[in-house]
Amino acid sequence: MTDREPGQPRLAVIGAGPAGLAAAIAAAARGVRVTLLDSAAEAGGQFYRQPAAELRARRPQALHHEWRTWERLRDGLDAHVRAGAVRHLTDHHVWLVERRADGRFTVHALLGPEQEDPAEVCADAVLLATGGYEKVLPFPGWTLPGVITAGGAQAMLKGTLATAGRRAVVAGTGPLLLPVATGLASAGVEVAALVESAGPRAFAGRARALAAQPGKVAEGARYGARLLRHRVRLLARHTVVEAHGADRLEAVTVAALDGAGRVRPGTGRRIPCDTLAVGHGMLPHTDLAETLGCRLDGHAVHVDDEQRTDVPGVWAAGEATGIGGAALSLAEGHIAGRSAAARLRGARPEPAEWAAAARTRTRLRAFFAALDSVYAPPAHWAEQVTDDTVVCRCEEVTGGAIRAAVAELGAGDARTVKLLTRAGMGWCQGRVCGPGVAGLAGCELTPSRRPFARPVPLGVLAAAGEDD
Amino acid sequence: MRTPRELADAHPGPAFTVTLDGREIEALPGQTVAAALWAAGVTSWRTTRGEGRPRGVFCGIGVCFDCLITVNDRANQRACLVPLHAGDDIRTQEGTGHDDRP
Repeated sequence: MTDREPGQPRLAVIGAGPAGLAAAIAAAARGVRVTLLDSAAEAGGQFYRQPAAELRARRPQALHHEWRTWERLRDGLDAHVRAGAVRHLTDHHVWLVERRADGRFTVHALLGPEQEDPAEVCADAVLLATGGYEKVLPFPGWTLPGVITAGGAQAMLKGTLATAGRRAVVAGTGPLLLPVATGLASAGVEVAALVESAGPRAFAGRARALAAQPGKVAEGARYGARLLRHRVRLLARHTVVEAHGADRLEAVTVAALDGAGRVRPGTGRRIPCDTLAVGHGMLPHTDLAETLGCRLDGHAVHVDDEQRTDVPGVWAAGEATGIGGAALSLAEGHIAGRSAAARLRGARPEPAEWAAAARTRTRLRAFFAALDSVYAPPAHWAEQVTDDTVVCRCEEVTGGAIRAAVAELGAGDARTVKLLTRAGMGWCQGRVCGPGVAGLAGCELTPSRRPFARPVPLGVLAAAGEDD
Repeated sequence: MRTPRELADAHPGPAFTVTLDGREIEALPGQTVAAALWAAGVTSWRTTRGEGRPRGVFCGIGVCFDCLITVNDRANQRACLVPLHAGDDIRTQEGTGHDDRP
């Protein structure tokens, strides 16, 4: 930790998706030495996840949207890495960012997919671009092999060129379902149906806010055309009520929803499939920010106009600050990188210099706020969760156990439900079941305040403080 | 029918062999454990600690820990993250993955 050159401030950017890349490039271009840490083998994040290099894909753009933007980011990163302005640390899984007594930061990471050996990076400031992860609500049969998250289906396709089966249903709610369905279809999977719980009328009610984004409306239309071309049946205002199979998925039952978000009796129909890609929206990754003590707004990291959190020296950008897609992440990352570069030099940033990015940010935040009110899981989804449905996948806690904790044992908040049932105490630390447990228990989904962002071997933990 | 590899015009190096519970399966350079198992038609490779239920890939990005598997005698590796190498010994995992230890 003596590798500090005087006069050149150091910024650690955590996450190499659109926000982190834009931030790293903006800061490096303004004289900051950037260390970019990311868990993947290559930059890109989830949105621009690249096929493994050894697969030697000559046309990776066939799996992607906005490829030109990716090329600009990739080339910008490469140039700064060659010039020595950016150090790109791949396969670094950050588990803790520690703010030290002198106001500087130590970033603690685990190396490689095994995540057993530690690495530490020292910095004057940190920029959290940790992205988001998918929310999936439980339903009977959702633990069957063959049921995967919509984002997981896309990640496996983009990263390893792999698909799970031959006939898929894509279901849930949210803008992610469209690219997942068209992506699977273009990769040779028969997509039997796209099941979206939002109805067309919900979009009509938000027409003005949505129409303010002609580019986004055109994007939606392009997906629509591709669905038609692949003969994907769109079942709007429908939901999957059950996944069937003994040891793996064989079929799903889908049913229509009424205006109040309840399943209409008698509308169920069975669709044979070997893959169900399901998702109900996204949640920000806020673990690192929470441990640093950053204020949250709801589930997202709170930031000011410069993308600063309320902890000195900590910036945040992209979906960690609210779900809004790649273009918004780029704008936020750019602003954050410029702000950090100025502040690290002791200068006041000049927001007029990033006015265009700020306008994009305002517009896209409004657009995604409108989308958010359109795409919502069925209001009464919890009624479909039977008492024997496993809700916490790690600890195998059923819907019945969670209901009993509330009705019989008097649990009134998510933490008490967890303590009484073990729901959320397993490997994933409640990331997957959190929304389901909260919904079934009738509690708010509260930030979890996990001290570490991922499981850490005890030996690493014991050694982490030894240098201080 | 078009495959993802055709779509992306991928030309990986020659396939190599790994074993799943002693049975030989083919894998390609750059494939994770999960991708090679999917390609071999295998969708579950773990049973849960409580009910012994089968599990495979769920989140695909290392968050959910559902796809745990034993690779070269190391239990609880995430199949969606770990890349394969020639000769790797993959074993389906029961319970904690440590149940057969003395």
